[in-house]
Amino acid sequence: MRHRVKGRKLGRTASHRLATMRSLATALFLHKKIVTTLAKAKHARTFIEPMITKAKADTVHARRLVEVHIKDKEAFKELFGDIIQKVGDRPGGYTRIIKLGQRRGDAAEMAILELVDYSDIVEKEKPRKKVVKEKAETVEEANVVEETTETVEASEEVAEEAAPETEATEEPAAEETVEENAETEETPAEEAEPKAEEKKEETSDKNEDEKKDN
Amino acid sequence: MAHPKRKISKSRRDKRRTHYKASVPSLTTCSNCGELKLSHRACPNCGYYAGRSVFVPEG
Ligand SMILES: [Zn+2]
Repeated sequence: MRHRVKGRKLGRTASHRLATMRSLATALFLHKKIVTTLAKAKHARTFIEPMITKAKADTVHARRLVEVHIKDKEAFKELFGDIIQKVGDRPGGYTRIIKLGQRRGDAAEMAILELVDYSDIVEKEKPRKKVVKEKAETVEEANVVEETTETVEASEEVAEEAAPETEATEEPAAEETVEENAETEETPAEEAEPKAEEKKEETSDKNEDEKKDN
Repeated sequence: MAHPKRKISKSRRDKRRTHYKASVPSLTTCSNCGELKLSHRACPNCGYYAGRSVFVPEG
């Protein structure tokens, strides 16, 4: 029987669990919105909400009580400055949990944990920036390549038409094959460079996600 | 310690297992984009939940 047994263990020791709750609380105060597993989000509620209630008093005593858990100065300032002000006299229920479905890998139910008073925050900036950056970079590179190939451009059309034929048959003329080689050397370089940059961006994004995850 | 007196026959074993069934996921259509989605969860396609954009989907 598990009558009157509160909370969950999250597969951690008491000290590990406390550390997890502290880092989740710090992350929430900093970012206002975090993605975790549903179990961690639900457990974190019971840790974070009483802390905000204490912080609302905004006394030296309250600050010392919260200080025990929130070691990050930025997060601490955020809580006693902006968050308290926005929360106002809301009688509890400062956080909201939105289920996201199961994640790949271990099929854990994921959830968003967010502060109710910051519901208007939507991260629309990230994808927009990405698209703009990629486009700008590829355009710049294309221009550079065009400048170098201007001299070849006149004969390009002829060479492109002849390209499939030469693959099947033997080399018909020496002049055409030289031009083709010049093109084939340039076009792969044009394609390869943006790809490498995209990968870099993706990896950096992943690192950010992992930080949020805990 | 107590032990079973008889081997459980295949028939009996299989009869017990007739109640082990996969359940159908409760799907609804997203009120924002119309895709099928799990109920009580944010839409993985458009990132909306309860008429509000909760996250921005990738791509
Ligand atoms: Zn949708």
